[in-house]
Amino acid sequence: MAVPDFYNEMYRGSGEVRPHYAEYAQWLAATPPERIAQKRAEADILFHRVGITFAVYGEEDGKERLIPFDVIPRIIPAAEWRQLADGLRQRVKALNAFLHDIYHEQEIIHAGHIPPEQIFRNAQYRPEMQGVDVPGGIYALIAGIDVVRAGAGEFYVLEDNLRVPSGVSYMLEDRRMMMRLFPELFARYAVEPVDHYPDLLLNTLRAVAPVGVADPTVALLTPGQYNSAYFEHSFLAQQMGIELVEGPDLFVQDEGVFMRTTRGPKRVDVIYRRVDDDFLDPLVFRQDSYLGVPGLLSVYRAGRVTLANAIGTGVADDKSIYPYVPEMIRFYLGEEPLVNNVPTYMLRDKEDLEYTLAHLPELVVKETHGSGGYGMLVGPASTRQQIEEFRARILAHPDKYIAQPTLALSACPTFVEAGIAPRHIDLRPFVLSGKEVNMVPGGLCRVALREGSLVVNSSQGGGTKDTWVLER
Amino acid sequence: MLSRTADHLYWMARYTERAENVARMLDVTYRVSLLPNNSEHPEMGWRAALSITGLEDAFAARFDRVTAAELLRFMVLDPSNPSSIFSCVRAARENAHAVRGTLTSEMWETLNSTWLEMRTRRLSDLLGAEINEFFEWVKYRSHLSRGVTVGTMLKDESFHFIRLGTFLERADNTARILDVKYDVLLPGTEDAGGAADYYEWGALLRSVSAFEIYRKVYRDMITPLRVAELLILRTDMPRSLHRCMKEVYTILTQVGNDQSKETERRAGELHAALHFARIEDIVASGLHDWLTNFLGRTADLGNRIAADFLVPIAN
Repeated sequence: MAVPDFYNEMYRGSGEVRPHYAEYAQWLAATPPERIAQKRAEADILFHRVGITFAVYGEEDGKERLIPFDVIPRIIPAAEWRQLADGLRQRVKALNAFLHDIYHEQEIIHAGHIPPEQIFRNAQYRPEMQGVDVPGGIYALIAGIDVVRAGAGEFYVLEDNLRVPSGVSYMLEDRRMMMRLFPELFARYAVEPVDHYPDLLLNTLRAVAPVGVADPTVALLTPGQYNSAYFEHSFLAQQMGIELVEGPDLFVQDEGVFMRTTRGPKRVDVIYRRVDDDFLDPLVFRQDSYLGVPGLLSVYRAGRVTLANAIGTGVADDKSIYPYVPEMIRFYLGEEPLVNNVPTYMLRDKEDLEYTLAHLPELVVKETHGSGGYGMLVGPASTRQQIEEFRARILAHPDKYIAQPTLALSACPTFVEAGIAPRHIDLRPFVLSGKEVNMVPGGLCRVALREGSLVVNSSQGGGTKDTWVLER
Repeated sequence: MLSRTADHLYWMARYTERAENVARMLDVTYRVSLLPNNSEHPEMGWRAALSITGLEDAFAARFDRVTAAELLRFMVLDPSNPSSIFSCVRAARENAHAVRGTLTSEMWETLNSTWLEMRTRRLSDLLGAEINEFFEWVKYRSHLSRGVTVGTMLKDESFHFIRLGTFLERADNTARILDVKYDVLLPGTEDAGGAADYYEWGALLRSVSAFEIYRKVYRDMITPLRVAELLILRTDMPRSLHRCMKEVYTILTQVGNDQSKETERRAGELHAALHFARIEDIVASGLHDWLTNFLGRTADLGNRIAADFLVPIAN
């Protein structure tokens, strides 16, 4: 395997502990291994009892699998976080400006920065949204930006998630778990709190209510209890004190959306929907959808209900649009990007395709519409046969793929069977855009538990860690 | 609150209560089967237990004859029998899962751990000496979930619909237990006092946690008439029909909406009938017929509650 050297979050190359981990390393050395083993077992029992589980598609037995939780936190110094957070806020502002532009004047296309076919032939572009004004001009109210560290420790954005990003409940539960298991660590470290995320989210959602609604009713729309992220949907609804609704709970009448309650119909003003565009309204999108609400789109277009996120945000987080984000930042904000993009080869481009085909064993190839770690090739970790099979798939539809150099993701010490060993990690901070752009300091840290693996997705056996952003 | 949420809460409570009452019913049957005079017709009691549930046909399709082992197999851990304790616990937990955000975390954890533990139970272990302990466990978990509900939940509509499910189900179950015991064990008997009767009625009272209550209330020997009175008409007896209907009626007045007036009236009518009834009249008119009528009326209330509150109203 030719994965290059990686950045270790806890140790310098010389083996010396980085300053922000010094206190933790001391604590770890002084704590009997049995106590930690006991705490790890306790965490397992607690997560099981609370039922914090995750469904993995296509796994018969995995209907409710536990996501492995690792007790060694990822620690981020205050200054590093500030820089990263500024970069992510900048990025999400540009992405929202882009979405507004695409569904209105399309200046970025006229200016020649993005070829029109990249937008209009994209399955995620929704012509139904052309000319529709959404409150505040904000499309992606909730964005989850996947960030990794590579090389000498610089941050890269790997992916923008602007449709229905998930994982925030694990960020919150991981913190609760750490505070419950190891309260003494929080006396040693001033860790920025994340608990107020549901409050921020509710404020964000209330801020985008339709014009004239003073006290908006907000509901969370879930595909239902068999969805892989159902735990999160019900958790967030409970934390915000709003109703958790399914498609059949809602109906459209008199140009409004209502929920069916034990006291009769009740008007809904803002829907935090965790259902994909395609399933939202069987009259417009997929007719076989039972998850949506017939007539929802017409009410939405009339501005009588707000959807968060807006319909059609997928056109901005698609992997084929990703390479243009730095250009968006310059075009809409007149600023230089504060966080890097990963260099990306677009395989619809002949030169890029040729380069990629010649270098498959070194590259990561992804489907432009894929997500969740499905349908990707990690060159250095693949057999010759896997590479050849993927080559055939690329040649059949080059425009469906992009390629990137294999990043040496940073690693963080993690409990594994043999003890503690470095495992590769990423980070998904959540950016909320309402009246202003807000973040809680931290995010969901995912860890690839298999040695050498670079795929952190929970659907691929990844685990999670608590992320500590330090106050100073 | 959302109709669907109310529906899940209501059924969560009904299935929890049902699991408990199936355990109670099997427990009493098992105890009676151990009595000496029972050896002549060992399968009688089990046949009666089966008829309570109305599952004779489903049972006959799977098994040739009614024996203790087969009935327990069918009623305890059989996932294909929707009324088995296993299925009831699973259904309670699935309903809770669907609305876990509405429950307190203690409630959810209680129902979820009951289910997780249920999955580890093996029939072969239970058929030995552990079956009583298992029934006790089911009852204990049901007590726990009710206690956690009362002790941790906001007393709002969610709470009301949970309680509505509990009491409607309990009314139904108590009536069934009574019907089978009265009808099958002692058809038309008015005299009492024999040792066999004593143990059988004693077992019935114990199955609804009423043995000590009976002693306290009547301070006299056990007679069928008083047993019937206690389980039907005593309003201070927590599992009696009168008590259950009083709760059902009160809750319906609390959650009432524009279309539920008739349901409320029917519940009130049934409650009033129990409130002013005399046990002698009920027995004279035929207890079995009376109980059949009662079960019909609670089923009607169940349907009306579903239509008024739980099943999304057509717009």
